[in-house]
Parts: sequence; structure tokens; C-alpha cells
Amino acid sequence: VITVLTDTEVRLTDLPATVAAILARGSRFAGLFASPRGSDVRLRSVLVRGKLVELVDAIVPDGCSRYPALTPAVPPAAWYEREINDLFGLLPAGHPRTDPLVLPLVAGSPPPRPGSPVRAARAELDLSALPAHLTGEGVFTIPYGPVRSGVFEAIEYLVETPGENIPHLRSRIYYKHRGVERRFENLVPADGVLVAERVEGVASVAHALAFCQAVETIAGTDVSRQASLVRVLHAELERVANHLDSTIRHTEAAGQAVALARLTVHKERVQRLRSRLCGHRFGRGVVVPGGTSGPPLVSAREALRQVGTLEPAIRSDIHLLYETPSFIDRLRGTGVISPEVARVHAAIGPVGKGSGQLDDARIDRPYSAYERLGVESPRPRDEGDALARQRVRSEEMWSAFHLVRESLDELNDLGLPHRWSVPCEAESGEAVSWCEAPQGEVLYLVEMAEGRLRRVKPRSASFHNLALFPLAFPKDIFTDFAFIEASFGISVAGASG
Amino acid sequence: MPWITRGLKDGIVTTRYPKRPDGYDRTWRGSVSVNQSRVDEPPASGDLESVASSCPTEAIRSENGLPRLDRGRCILCGRCVELYSDLFTLGPDFENSVLRRESLVVPQAAESEHALTDLRGELHRRVRALRRSIHVRHVDAGSDGSDEWEIAALTNPIYDIQRLGIFFTATPRHADVLLVTGVGTLGMADPLRRTYEAMPYPKVVIAAGAEAASGGIFARCYGVNDGVGELVPVDVWVPGSPASPFGLLHGLLLAIGLLPRRSASRPPEDEARQ
Repeated sequence: VITVLTDTEVRLTDLPATVAAILARGSRFAGLFASPRGSDVRLRSVLVRGKLVELVDAIVPDGCSRYPALTPAVPPAAWYEREINDLFGLLPAGHPRTDPLVLPLVAGSPPPRPGSPVRAARAELDLSALPAHLTGEGVFTIPYGPVRSGVFEAIEYLVETPGENIPHLRSRIYYKHRGVERRFENLVPADGVLVAERVEGVASVAHALAFCQAVETIAGTDVSRQASLVRVLHAELERVANHLDSTIRHTEAAGQAVALARLTVHKERVQRLRSRLCGHRFGRGVVVPGGTSGPPLVSAREALRQVGTLEPAIRSDIHLLYETPSFIDRLRGTGVISPEVARVHAAIGPVGKGSGQLDDARIDRPYSAYERLGVESPRPRDEGDALARQRVRSEEMWSAFHLVRESLDELNDLGLPHRWSVPCEAESGEAVSWCEAPQGEVLYLVEMAEGRLRRVKPRSASFHNLALFPLAFPKDIFTDFAFIEASFGISVAGASG
Repeated sequence: MPWITRGLKDGIVTTRYPKRPDGYDRTWRGSVSVNQSRVDEPPASGDLESVASSCPTEAIRSENGLPRLDRGRCILCGRCVELYSDLFTLGPDFENSVLRRESLVVPQAAESEHALTDLRGELHRRVRALRRSIHVRHVDAGSDGSDEWEIAALTNPIYDIQRLGIFFTATPRHADVLLVTGVGTLGMADPLRRTYEAMPYPKVVIAAGAEAASGGIFARCYGVNDGVGELVPVDVWVPGSPASPFGLLHGLLLAIGLLPRRSASRPPEDEARQ
């Protein structure tokens, strides 16, 4: 498979219609991103269909603080346009909701403008800028968060309800907004990867991989086969850990005490295997521009032996879970996202795959060692409920274990590479790269000048999918909330930026 | 029904820590130390400048011609160890929690042992009533998400902190310990303060991870307070990026005065040893 990347520039006024026309041909909306061009701002939308990645750009000229919104024609652009409004102060004219999403700034204070040469001053927040919103008579709002009951990341859900049902829900993600994008600027790529690993800490490997691939594209560097295999090894173990985490949260919500205890032990063992392989429980420090920092710290044979005990133990417990009615009953029919909603809102990752959207960057736009290893396509599903998403995750775990074994086998056969990381002298240029994180497709838009990062825009799957979260409550009640949330598998850090 | 037998299948998997050292491989990154031998024989000061500038989080500085490493800023990337392996060592040691922010800087300058004893005494008086049943409220103040995994791991059967009388609680009203992760984002400043204020006395605050101590790599970002130290009165600092479950366990035990004598005889503040 050879990925085809096209880049067209259109007039700003034509941008919504152009994007809508491409989507009408079956492409998926993967994001809208802004980047300063001198005193202008370039808007870039990324549209994906199989191996085809189309970039459609338009320039917002200096002095212009509005542009015609995409959202009325392209619903999944809603959060992207609100984010651009917060970070660049560009108002999407015609957008149904322009209240702050990631950064409720005091009126009149300058937006951070990622990518501009001016350093962003410390932001000042004005929380009164956030509207309270009630939909009808007898409806009240229950704020849930940001400090929640349990060990969770900080996020606030505003649940509007007449009692049991949840007709309306909003997510407030600004609590955790750190301003990660600007942190990349002026760094050399070797330091930038340290930031990428911490954008969404539970998907460190995926972010490091997407970031490094962009830098390698700019530099024209080819990574050795062995290094690619080590990257796959860690990316797939990360997938297993994340999918286990999601399953653990389901069992916790369903009160399956034994399953919960056993799965948490499995997850800890996966984390320990990861740390044995590289010295870090989240695989940090493995992926570097040009390759990997070195070989796995234990032999392929020993790693295979440990995988060989882990996998059957996990499989056996998950299969038993699927035969446990008190577990299955809570997930079946819960939090349904219909294939049509998933298509229109461009759902990705397990959320998309559970609702018939089968796109997987490892298969459709293969990178690293995936093409030759071969990734099994997930079974098509269109139920769209929490159970479908859970089943997608378990299938992905089995294929992840398969990929782990394949890469270890091949590493064992190949012997040592000439160098684990080849020199990666990226000077100037820009690149878009992608990676299938456990949460779904991660995108990195990287621009470099004179060997330093000028603008880096990470887009985590969590940001993209969290926008669909309110759509998953068509007929669900309060007590389903924990299941629906767990089945989305969102990392708030990745969404907040 | 099948779950009952399955629950018994694997026997006891729980660690013996803190009574006994744990067998978990000691290959992973616990902490960076400054090599003592080279501290006595310092490199030329010009070299030291480049050593300091090699650190992506500005955790290394030169003090009187000696390298000092701030574990409150160190994200364990290993850059310094790679470039200056004679000066720095990446080791598995995780028992690095301390009672003062300055004590995260190693090697520790000769400090007033007196002041530290006072600090420890004050904390122990405060927590005396709590010893056998500690309730912990976690607050995420802008973490990258990995810290929460490590904290959640503490309740799995391997770490099983309930065996030590430590429990997580949903409400700050029941909490004795406030366990804070993350860089201290602007948005979380008020919710964090409100949680602290809602807790009854006596209360103890633990800052978990380098991000909570200093902001880590996100220090001075526009949305960040450079750690939570300015937002709540921190009693215990746990380094790490993220702090590992064992590191967190050590920090919790230090906070409530339950570290066994083995560790107590070697106060974690005395990092000058190698």
C-alpha cells in the first residue's frame, strides 16, 4: 500500500464547500488545524479515505478575525473550530456554539497563537465565560467533576437531566489544558519527542512514533527494519495495556470483583514486561528520531516466554467475562452510536470500529513495520454499543499479541542492525504523520525551520472521539454512564492539550 | 461460579514491600543519581555549563563547581546519563520521597539535620491519630494521564495498599491524605484548593511526580502553575515521571510515618550516599 498525500489550497470562502464535497465522496474528516504564516493564519483540514490523505488549505489574512465556519456543513469540525477560536482568536462565523472549549480566556487577553514567534504569556482564565445551558422545563444540570469519585483524570461533565435519562451532556475539558503545543516550539526533535511522550501519557509510544515519523519524513530518513520492529513491539504492548485498562473499568462498574482483581494483575504484568523491555513502564525513551534508543533489554526469547504466559491468562479471563451474564448485560445495548452517527461524526479507533467505521492506520496507511507484518482487519460490527467497542478492544489485543510475537521472532532472526538510530538531520519543511494509538488515529502536523521545531500540532484520538460522547446517550440512564465512559477509553490529557 | 475458583487459582501475588524488598526486576528507571566519586573531583566549570544545558528540563545546575540534580524537575529521560556517564547513574532506587522540596536536589548539601527532625516530628504528631486507617483522596491537577494509572495500580492485588490500612476515598470529607498529580494547570487551581479545604484536620498533602513538583517538561507553559507547591501546602514530594507504584507507596508510608525501620534507619533525604 502506498499512501497518497495531496495538498490543495482554496479560497477561504470556498473551504467549507470544498471539504464537504470531498467528504461526500466518502472521505473521513480527520481534523482542522491552524498555523501562523507570518501574520496570516493557514487553516488546514485533513481528510482521509483509505490510503488517500487529502490536505485542503486556506489562508485567513492578517487583520481578519473571522472565517466562514465549516461546522454547519461538516459536523465533526465543531470542536476543532472551537479550539482554533480559543488558541488563535479566530471566530468561525456561523458556528452554532462558540463558547470556550480548551481555554476560557479573560476577554481581550491575547490568545496563545501556537507557532507564532511571540512567546505566550501566562494565560488568565475567566470561568464566567462558560455558559450554563438548560434545554427544557423540569430539566436540571448535574455537574460531575472535575474532581471525581475515584482515581480519574480531571474532566467535568455537565449532565442535563429530567431525572433518569440524559438528554443532554457537555464535557468541559479546559481544566487540564497545559498548552502542550507551544512547548514543542524551538526545540530540536530529540527534545521534542520528550514532549510528545507526555501529551497523552498512556499512549506515549504512539505519540512519540507519530511525532518521529513526521520528523523523519522532513529529514528523508529511513529507519532500520530492526528499529521499526522494536517500535511495533512497544506500540502493541501499549495497546494491550490500554485495552486492558478499559476492560478493567467495565468490570469495576459492573461490580465483577474477581475479574477486576485478575485483570488489574494482568495489566500490572504487561506494564512490568514493558519496563523490562526498555526500563520504563510506559515505554518512554524507546522511540527517538531516526529509530529507537536501542535493542530490547531482555532477549527476544525471554520476552516471547513472558508473552507466552501473559496472553493465555488474559484470553482465558476475558473469555470467561464474555460468558458472565451480569457483565454482558450491562454492556449490551448501552451507549449506542449508530453506524450513521459514527460516519457523519467521523468516529475513529475502537469507538468507530464498534460502529462499522473500520479505518485503521496500521492497515490503510501502513507505517513502521506494519505492512510486512500484516495486521488482521477487525471484524465488521455495527451494533455500536459498549459491548461492540469492548469486543473490538479484545480482538485488537489478540492481534497485538500476534504482532508482538511476530516482531520478536523477526528481531531474533535478523540480528543486530548497523545502528539502532540513524542520523536524522531534519532541517526545514513540514509533514503530516499518523499512527494508530490504542484510542484511535493520532495525527501530528510538524513544521521545522533551521533544524528546530516551529509548530507542532498533535491531535489525539481522545480529542476527536470525546466530541461524540454526548451522542452516546440516546436511551441510557445515569447508571450506564460509567460503562459508556469506559467504552470510549478517553485520555483527558490527550483531549485537553 | 467459575470466578470463585479462578479467584483462588494464582495463590498470593501480593508484594511483601515494605517489609521485604520486592523481586520486581531492578532494571527500570527509578532515579538518577550524581556519582559521588566525581563530586569530590569536579569537572572543569566550563564542562559543567554544558552538562547543565544538556538537561531538557533544566534539572541540572552547577553549585560551587559541583553538579546538582533536582529530582523534582528530572523526568528520567536519561540524557545526562547517556552523555556524562561518569557523572550520572540511572538506578532502580525508588525510595526517594522527601519532606522538603529542596531535599529533591541531590547530592544533598549538608543541611540542618535539626530542621529536618523538626519537620518529621511535626508531621508525625499530625498523623499519629491516623496510623492504622488512612483515607486518600486523589486529585489530578493536570497530569499526562499516566500518573493515574500508577495510582490506580496501588489497589491491584500485587500492591494491595489496603493491607497497609490505606484506602482511596471518593469524598474529601473522609480524606486524610490529598494525593496530587500533574503540573498544576490554571483550570485546576481552584478545584484543588476547594478539595484541600473540604478535608478535615489533620491532613497531609503528597505531590506525586516531577510534574507536580515543578511542572516537569511543561514548566512555564502558558496554562501551567509550575507544580502544585504554590497551590496547596505539600508535606511529601515523590519524584518520578510518572511516580511508580512503589515510589508512591514509599511516599504514602513516609507521609503517615509507617516506613519500617529498615528504611527509617536510612532516611531518604540522605542522598549523598551512593
